[in-house]
Amino acid sequence: MRRVVVTGLGLVTPLGGDVETTWSNILAAKSGAGKITRFDASDQKCHIACEVKPADHEYGFDPGKRVDHKVQRQVDPFIIYGIDAAGQAIEDAGLLEMDEATRFRAGCSIGSGIGGLPGIESESLVLHEKGPSRVSPHFVHGRLINLISGQVSIKYGLMGPNHAVVTACSTGAHSIGDAARMIKDDDADVMLAGGAEATICPIGIAGFAQARALSTAFNDQPEKASRPYDKDRDGFVMGEGAGVVVLEEYEHAKARGAKIYAEVVGYGLSGDAYHVTAPHPEGSGAFRSMEMALKKAGMTPGDIDYINAHGTSTPLGDELELGAVRRLFGNETANLSMSSTKSAIGHLLGGAGAVETIFCILAIRDQIVPPTLNLDNPSEGTTGVDLVPHKAKKRPVRAALNNSFGFGGTNASLIVKAVD
Amino acid sequence: MSETADRVKKIVVEHLGVEAEKVTEEASFIDDLGADSLDIVELVMAFEEEFGVEIPDDAAEKIATVKDAIDYIDQNKG
Repeated sequence: MRRVVVTGLGLVTPLGGDVETTWSNILAAKSGAGKITRFDASDQKCHIACEVKPADHEYGFDPGKRVDHKVQRQVDPFIIYGIDAAGQAIEDAGLLEMDEATRFRAGCSIGSGIGGLPGIESESLVLHEKGPSRVSPHFVHGRLINLISGQVSIKYGLMGPNHAVVTACSTGAHSIGDAARMIKDDDADVMLAGGAEATICPIGIAGFAQARALSTAFNDQPEKASRPYDKDRDGFVMGEGAGVVVLEEYEHAKARGAKIYAEVVGYGLSGDAYHVTAPHPEGSGAFRSMEMALKKAGMTPGDIDYINAHGTSTPLGDELELGAVRRLFGNETANLSMSSTKSAIGHLLGGAGAVETIFCILAIRDQIVPPTLNLDNPSEGTTGVDLVPHKAKKRPVRAALNNSFGFGGTNASLIVKAVD
Repeated sequence: MSETADRVKKIVVEHLGVEAEKVTEEASFIDDLGADSLDIVELVMAFEEEFGVEIPDDAAEKIATVKDAIDYIDQNKG
């Protein structure tokens, strides 16, 4: 059977424009949250978000590093974040110079939950105010979700499968899982896989706030707002950014002497078949998704040391996920650590599963688990589970699981483990 | 250099992300400045906005070089 390993990582997050900056800030328990600066949010219910910081910031992102000036002008920010994260990953993997035969067998699976919402919003205003002849000729392909995969394939000459998942907040995890299967199925030897999102714009904040999904009680204390598992949580904080990994067939990676971070061993998928926004009241979809991932990995609950939770800081979701973990992991629940890095960088929606899978990989690399910030008064249902409050924790991490659940009742779980 | 030429070149530099010295009057948008057909649509829109002229599709199709754009604008602006 063909095995799939991770040989490159790339991140653009509210805590850094690259992997190591983001990770060191995550481990240092920093928060990427703040007042919204992109637009005047004073008439909104929610005034806060985790924005990717400008290039001159201590941990900012410079779009000019890997994205052409012309492309930057034509496309929405989620595509810019995605191209850069993919570029970081391919550089990290040492795959910038691939011959044509290798590039025929190298593809992309980089998705997004929503796509170019800021550009759809602003061009709609142009249409309304100035008429159809003023709408940008780049409007469509600058907003389409599959245009990260499109742009990256053109930039790096990747002629294998070109795919883009759209499963709301499960996108990043499904993207990596689907791409791993493409390698297993011998459709490709190398896949750039991940997700990106950038919807911090008036219609994006208003839409999620109207769906009662965003935190609105901490507008004056943005860093306190994302507080998964805490009694005072009242919704998620919107994040933005991208995470992309290079997946590679194991023998292919070994033959070229590549640095191997981890192996993708398990992938589970399920549907709640219950409600468009609310999670299943028994966490049934979450349970079955994790169960399938474990089964595919040939693992038992005792093999998992760390869970990077979906844990968005919404009143309903956090405890339902925890309940599903308890039922599946049984007595082993007491031996694992489970944290939500959304407490630090907010909810990256379609980027979340990819960014958080990278955190799982780094937890394995560095044998340390990242913290859940703001967990001052844990909910009653959380006793007996190590939710890694406030501070990162050194501990053995052999294998880690990421959960991602999305609107529509779509669930994905990924398991990565250290390579023997 | 005419005022029109200055403003046209500024728009070309901004939209195509090319160095200012490459934007000579003889330069072809596609062959010399790396534009594609959609970039030209966008440039024409920017010229229309900047100079308050209307450039119909049949006229836009004949604009191949920076000079073609400057000449059209000079002949048609109000």
